Amino acid sequence: MLKDITIGQYFPGDTFIHKLDPRIKILIIMMFIVSLFFIKTFKPYLLILAFILLSVWLSKVPFKLVLKGLKPLIMIIGITFIINVLLTKGEVLFQIGPLTITKEGLSQAVFMALRLIFLITGTSLLTLTTSPIALTDGIEKLLSPFKRIGLPAHELAMMMTIALRFIPTLMEETDKIMKAQMARGADFESGNIINRARNLVPLLVPLFINAFRRADELAIAMEARCYRGGEHRTRLNELKLNHKDVLTFISMGLFFGFIIINRYIQLM
Amino acid sequence: MSNEIIRLENVTFEYNSMVEGGQLKAVEGIDLSVKKGEYLVVLGHNGSGKSTLAKLMNGLLLPTEGDVYVKDMNTKDEDKIWEIRQTAGMVFQNPDNQIVATIVEEDVAFGPENQGIPPEEIRKRVDEALEIVEMTEYKKHAPHLLSGGQKQRVAIAGILAMRPECIILDEPTAMLDPNGRVEIIDTIKKLNKEEGKTIVHITHFMDEAVEADRILIMEQGKIVMEGSPREIFSQVERVKSLGLDVPQVTELAYELRKEGIQVPTNILTIEELVKAL
Repeated sequence: MLKDITIGQYFPGDTFIHKLDPRIKILIIMMFIVSLFFIKTFKPYLLILAFILLSVWLSKVPFKLVLKGLKPLIMIIGITFIINVLLTKGEVLFQIGPLTITKEGLSQAVFMALRLIFLITGTSLLTLTTSPIALTDGIEKLLSPFKRIGLPAHELAMMMTIALRFIPTLMEETDKIMKAQMARGADFESGNIINRARNLVPLLVPLFINAFRRADELAIAMEARCYRGGEHRTRLNELKLNHKDVLTFISMGLFFGFIIINRYIQLM
Repeated sequence: MSNEIIRLENVTFEYNSMVEGGQLKAVEGIDLSVKKGEYLVVLGHNGSGKSTLAKLMNGLLLPTEGDVYVKDMNTKDEDKIWEIRQTAGMVFQNPDNQIVATIVEEDVAFGPENQGIPPEEIRKRVDEALEIVEMTEYKKHAPHLLSGGQKQRVAIAGILAMRPECIILDEPTAMLDPNGRVEIIDTIKKLNKEEGKTIVHITHFMDEAVEADRILIMEQGKIVMEGSPREIFSQVERVKSLGLDVPQVTELAYELRKEGIQVPTNILTIEELVKAL
C-alpha cells in the first residue's frame, strides 16, 4: 500500500516537453509566472491559455491530471473570488442586504481567479513533465553560478535527492512502527486533537532515532564510495543543451516578452 | 609483497566508552595479511570487533596503534585515502542506508561520479556492474520497490562500478530473508571466482563460511582461530566454546561420531556426509 506512493506527481512520458532540458523548463516557468503578474487585461489571458493548452497537448499528460493540481487550492481560489466580488467598489449590479456586487468587482474576481488557476496549472505542468531527479539537476545547474557568492548549490541538490530517496523508506518505517505500537494497544485514531498529538509521541521518538541512525550510516556509506562534495564530480547523465532547447527558450522568451511589453504599449 | 592486498601490522583500535568512561579496545594487536584473489571470511559474534576490523581496512577508521596498508598505501596517509577506498570497496549491512539515488542506475553511478570519471566511461561501468549482479533489467527502477536481496545487489553493483580490487562486505546478509541471502552469497562467489575480486566477508552465519579460502574467528578484538574451513570446523568443541555454531552438517557428523558411528571430522557439505555414510 505505502510502497506504491509516487514521489511528486511526475507523469512519465517520452514527448518533446518531457525531453526538454529541465533548466529550460524551469526558466520558462519562471518567465511564465512573471509575465502572468504583468497582465492587467483579459485579452492576454488568451495567449496564456493557448500556451497551457498547447503544452498539455504536446506533453500528452491527461488534462484531468493537470486540473487535479487545482483541487487542494480550490478553497483559496474561492476565497479570493468572494473577497474580490464583495470588496471592489464601482457600478452596482445588484444588492442583497449589506452586500453589494459591482460590475467591476465581478470582473476583478474572475480576473484574479483565472490568474491563480493559470499559475497553478502552469507550474504543475512543470512537475508533471519533469522527474524529481531532473528537476534537482536543473536547479543545481541553475544555481551553480551563485556558488561564487557562497551558495552551496551542489549540497542543496544532494539534500533534495536524499530527501526524495528516503521519503518512501521513512513512510514504510512509520507504518511499521505504527502497527507495532497498535499491536501493543496504542491508539492513534480517537480522542481530541491534543490527545491524538500526545499519542503520536511514541511514534515520533523511534522514527526520529531511526532517521538519525540512517543518516549516520548513509554518511559512512557515501564516504566509503569516495564522496567528497561537488568538486571534481562528474555525472552519468550530464545535462546538455541542444538546438531544440535553445530554440524553445528563445521563442518562449519572445512570447512572454510580448506579454510583458503589452502591458505598457497596448498591442492587443 | 606484490600478491598481498591488505596488510595489518599490530593494529589496535580504541574508542571512548560513554558507559564505562574509559578506553575500550575494539580490536587489539591484530596482524593479518589478505592475499590478492583470496576469499576470506571473518566470523565472530556481536561485539567481537569484526565490523571495526572492516572499517579499519579502508580507512573509515584509523588505527590507534599499528598500521593498515592497502596495496602498500598506509590508511593514515590523507593524500591516499580516496585511492584506498577505491581499491577496497565496502558494502554495509543495511541496503536501505547505503543507496543514495532514487533510480538504480543513478545509484550505481554514484561512486564513479565521485571519482570524476567521464560520463561515457561511467555508463559503461554502470551497465557492466549491473550485468555482473544480474540487475540489468531493473536499472530504471526505484530502489524502494526492490526486495532486500535486490537492493543489496544494487549496493554491490555500486561498489563494483568503482572497479575495486578488493571488496569488503560487512554482514551483507544480516538484514535479508533466506532467499535474499542465497542471492548475495551466489553474487559474492561469482565476484571471487569469475571476476577475480579479493573478498573479505564478515558474517556470523557459519553456513556462509564453508566456501571460503580461509576463515578467521574473532573474539574480544583478537583473532582466536585461523585456517581453512575444514581445519576450523573439524574442531567442533573449540568453535562452540567461542559461542559460535558450526554448519549443520558438520554438527550432525559430530553428533554421529559421538554416538560411535565412524565418520571423518572434516565434513562440510551434505554430499560429503552422504558419501561417508
